[in-house]
Amino acid sequence: MTITTPATSSLSVRYFAWMREHTGTAMETVTLPDNVACVGDLVPHLTAMSEGHALALKNMQAVRVAVNRSYGDLDTPVAGGDEVAFFPPVTGG
Amino acid sequence: MAVRVQTEDFDVGAESRALQADAVGAIALFVGTVRGLSSDNGVTAMTLEHYPGMTESELERIEAEARARWPLEDVTIIHRVGRLEAGDQIVLVGAASAHRQAAFDAAQFIMDFLKTDAPFWKAEERGDETSWVDARESDDVARKRWTS
Repeated sequence: MTITTPATSSLSVRYFAWMREHTGTAMETVTLPDNVACVGDLVPHLTAMSEGHALALKNMQAVRVAVNRSYGDLDTPVAGGDEVAFFPPVTGG
Repeated sequence: MAVRVQTEDFDVGAESRALQADAVGAIALFVGTVRGLSSDNGVTAMTLEHYPGMTESELERIEAEARARWPLEDVTIIHRVGRLEAGDQIVLVGAASAHRQAAFDAAQFIMDFLKTDAPFWKAEERGDETSWVDARESDDVARKRWTS
């Protein structure tokens, strides 16, 4: 008999650079809210978490999105177990 | 694939020799460094943050695209993270090919895509003040000329 784990219903959310400073966290686990199908659906739930979150995610035009470590956008689907990252335009090199 | 993200410095001569092989007649090397206090920006040091896992996969994707465009024998991409001071080396891109044009073009292509796609962020120190660097529109322009 195999023991099955419950269906995953949470997401890892990561923030980098000034977005990490605003939210006060580099990574947090967020319970997947109902009716969230894509990154854009998730954003209002995150901005409601704190003033810092609201500030970090205020201008989504200035934010880049990755889902499971690949670039995406507000329309990229999200599901339980995914890793969603928000970060400013990159400045390496 | 030779992509490395590391805090340690790198030896340009050693990296150049590592790219040498029988079929190689041209090695193009680009080294990016931290501009010093006497330059226009007054930066004394910077700290580089990145997205472990995604950084490596993005750099490998960029390398694969370069290899698909040019006949490259080998490629090296090294990017440092952590705190770096004025004069320190930040990034090395090396492209080895039979002839120079492919090596030059591939090295430039890789740097242009690294600038806009690899998830690194710089926080610059000017004296006691630290500020995040803004992305530059000129980097997007540099990237776009490869996709026309």
